[in-house]
Parts: sequence; C-alpha cells; structure tokens
Amino acid sequence: MVALNHYLVLSAILFSIGTAGVFMRRNLITILLSIEIMLNAVNLTFVAFGRALGSADGQIIVFFVMTVAAAEAAVGLAIVIGLFRHKESLNPDSFASLKW
Amino acid sequence: MNDTAFYLFGAIAIGASLLVIAQRNPIYSVLLLIASFGALSGLYVLLDAPFVAVIQIIVYAGAIMVLFLFVVMLLNAPHEDTDFDERVHPLLRPGPMKLGAALALGLAAELGWALSRGGDTGAFSDAKVDSVAAIGRSLFTDYAFPFEVTSILILVAMVGAVVLARREDPR
Repeated sequence: MVALNHYLVLSAILFSIGTAGVFMRRNLITILLSIEIMLNAVNLTFVAFGRALGSADGQIIVFFVMTVAAAEAAVGLAIVIGLFRHKESLNPDSFASLKW
Repeated sequence: MNDTAFYLFGAIAIGASLLVIAQRNPIYSVLLLIASFGALSGLYVLLDAPFVAVIQIIVYAGAIMVLFLFVVMLLNAPHEDTDFDERVHPLLRPGPMKLGAALALGLAAELGWALSRGGDTGAFSDAKVDSVAAIGRSLFTDYAFPFEVTSILILVAMVGAVVLARREDPR
C-alpha cells in the first residue's frame, strides 16, 4: 500500500536531481529547468501532506508556488536573453565580471 | 492498481528528470521535463487532487515550458560551450563542479536517512478534499489577501520581463 512516505521519498529524489542539475550543468537554461524540477518536488510534498491531513491548504499553496514559478521563469528568461545579447554565450562562467 | 500506477509514474518522473540534466541539447531537456510534469500530474490524480493535476498540465507544461522552449529556439544555442571535456564523469571534473556533485549526493543521502527514521508510514485517511469548489471557497475567503498579492507579483514580473529583455536603444 502506497502511503505518505513513498511520496516523500520520491519528492526527495526529485529534489536531489534538481540540486545536482543546478550544480553540475554549465548552461543557464538547464539551470533554470533544474530549479523547476526542485519546485515540482516541493509541490509534490505539499499535495501529499495535504492529502494525509485531509486539508485543502496543500493544494492552495501549490497554486501560489506555480504563480511564483511563472513569474520567476519570465524574469529569469528575460535576464538570460539580455545576457546572451552581450556575450553570445549561455555559460554562467562567462558572466563572472560585475561590469562590462 | 493504485500502487502500480504510483511506481509507474514515479519511475517516469525520476527517469525523465535524470535525462533532463544529462542532455546536452536544451530543447531535449525542455521536452523531457514536460514528460516529467505529465507523470507528476498523474501522481496528483492518485493523491485525489484533480485541480492541481489539471493546472500542472495547463499552466506548467502548457505555458511555462512553452516559454522555455520559445527562448531556447530564439537564442538558437544548442550546445553548451564549456572549457572542459563533457565526457568526463561529473565527480572527476575540476573544482566547484565536483564539490557540487558531492553536495547533491550528500543531500540525497541525508534526505533518505531522515525519511527512513520515521516508523509510521503515514497511511492516508479517508478525509480527502478533491472538490474544486472547496479549494475555490478557501482561496477567496481564507487566502483572499495572498491571492490579491499574487496579481501584483504577476504584474511586477511582467513589467520586469519587458524592461529586461528590451533593446538598449529603442529608436
């Protein structure tokens, strides 16, 4: 019988994959995608806990997390476009200087 | 039946997420992440949260990921330009990357250890909230203020994205 713990373990695995992606990839787009994986892992935790406690609050917080994720993706991608115009590169190591 | 579906969707979510960070071409990464979100949506259905399952598909896979795909195709930079050999195992790469990989492994081990200590498996009760009406009522009464603040957040993000992505000298 699948219970709360199974969902928490799955969520922990997904969150770790997202963390590994942020640290190991050298591409701004892939780093943003890894952050989305981490946000979704947390969403899964919220919904699983909401189900276990018999409350709607978990699903409502997921709604807010999705809103923030949409705002973050819009602003983050705008910054990526701006950076790409300057350096013609998506490697975060090439944006090490504060001023150009 | 439900257990089989959980393991199936969980395997798809983990496999697709692993491939997202293993791919070198960002377009494949975005498409695999959409597959992962589809599997997560199935998990939400199993958790009796149809509202979340549907907005996961419509908002996340439909809007946010399409925005990512649009930017990837707009920038047209399919390959990562790194100053080291991509074929080297991540744990053998130089400097901070090795440290980051070790840190992620440490996080996974720590989360697994913490979760294995609980004796109670947390079996689900019968008190489930699966009606969209209940969620909407709660959203517009108890959470009315955060809901309104969200609209300001969206507005600020919209203005910020327009300003940041604008050309330097608009003639």
